[in-house]
Amino acid sequence: MDGKEQGEADQTKPVPLPGIFLVFLKVGAFTFGGGYAILPVIQREVVVTRKWVDRAFFFDTLIITQSMPGALALNSSIQIGMHLRGLPGGILAALGAITPSVLIILSIVGLFLPVYRDNSYVQAVFYGLRPAVVALIAAAAFHLGQELIRGWTSITLAAVLLAAAVLLNIHPIAILLAGGLAGLILFRKREV
Amino acid sequence: MAALLLLLYWTFLKIGLFTIGGGYAMIPLMEAEIIARQGWLTAPEFLDIIAVAEMTPGPVSINAATFVGYRLAGIGGSLLATLGVVTPSLVLLLLLSRFLMRFIRDPRAERFLKGLRPALIALIMLAAYNLGRAALVDTTTIAIAAAVLVVSILRKPNPLYLIGAGALLGLIFFPY
Repeated sequence: MDGKEQGEADQTKPVPLPGIFLVFLKVGAFTFGGGYAILPVIQREVVVTRKWVDRAFFFDTLIITQSMPGALALNSSIQIGMHLRGLPGGILAALGAITPSVLIILSIVGLFLPVYRDNSYVQAVFYGLRPAVVALIAAAAFHLGQELIRGWTSITLAAVLLAAAVLLNIHPIAILLAGGLAGLILFRKREV
Repeated sequence: MAALLLLLYWTFLKIGLFTIGGGYAMIPLMEAEIIARQGWLTAPEFLDIIAVAEMTPGPVSINAATFVGYRLAGIGGSLLATLGVVTPSLVLLLLLSRFLMRFIRDPRAERFLKGLRPALIALIMLAAYNLGRAALVDTTTIAIAAAVLVVSILRKPNPLYLIGAGALLGLIFFPY
C-alpha cells in the first residue's frame, strides 16, 4: 500500500466515532499557530497515517474551507468527520478540534494570569509581545495582499475601501459586503 | 448576566460569520466589535490575547473567543463565546452543506470572494494601524515592531518564532 503517494482511503470498515474525536483532539492539542500550521498536520493524520480519506477529498475540503466562514482547521475537521460518520462524526470532530483550545486557554486565563499578572517579568514579556503582534498583523496584510490581490481592479478596490473605512468610519462587515458586491459587478468579465 | 452571555454569543457569532479565509481575517472584526463597539477590552489587552492565542495550540479565533469570554463572564462566558464563533461553521457544514456546496461552485460566489479579499486586506491594514497606535508607546516598542515586520516580510518564518523573539526582546528591554 503506497498510501503516501496515492493517498488512497481504506474504506473497508467504518472509522470508530471515538477515534474521530481523539485524532482531532490530538491535532488541536499539539499544533500551534492557527490554520495554515494545522492543516498539514490534519492531512498527515487522516490521509497519510490513517488513510481515512484520500488526497483528492482532502484538497476538496480545503477549497470549501477557504471560501466559507470560520476557522480553517475547524472547517476541515468537521468536513472530514462528517464524510466518515455523518452528523455524529462531524460533531465529534468539531468537539475534538476545539476542546484543547478551550482547556488550555481557560487554565492560562483562570489559573496562571491571576497569579502572575503583576509579576514584572510577565509584564516585560507582554511589553515585547504587543509590538510583535502588531507587526505580525501588518505582515499578514502584506502577505495576503501579495498572494490575493491581482490586477489594478483589486488594488483600486482595496484603496477605495481603505479610504472609506478610515474617512467614514464604516463597520468592517459593511466594508466586506461592499467589497463582495463590487466584486460581483467588477469581475463580471473574467479579467486577469 | 444572561444579557451579557447572549451579547457575547451574538458578537462572536458575527465574528465567526464574517471571518472568511481564516486566521487574521477575524482581527479587524474583533477590533471593531470588542474594542470600539462594546469597550470590553483595551487595545493592549486585545494584543495580549492575540499573543496568547498564537502561543497556545489550536485555532487562533477559538483561543481568542475562549479568552475574551472568560475575561467578561467566567467559564459560562468562555463557552458561549466559543460556541458563537463556531456556530457558522457547524450550521453551514452540518445542516446546510448541500446548499453551501452549490453556493461555492456558483461563479457569482467566486466573484464575490474576489471582491471581498481586497476589502479584507484593507481592513487588516487598518486594524494593524489602529492597534499600533495604541501599542507602540515608546522607541523600544516601535523598534521591536519594525524589526518583526521586516523579518516577517523578508523571510516569512513561522509566526511562533517571531512571537518568541518579541517575548525575549520584551524581557531584555522592559523598563523595569
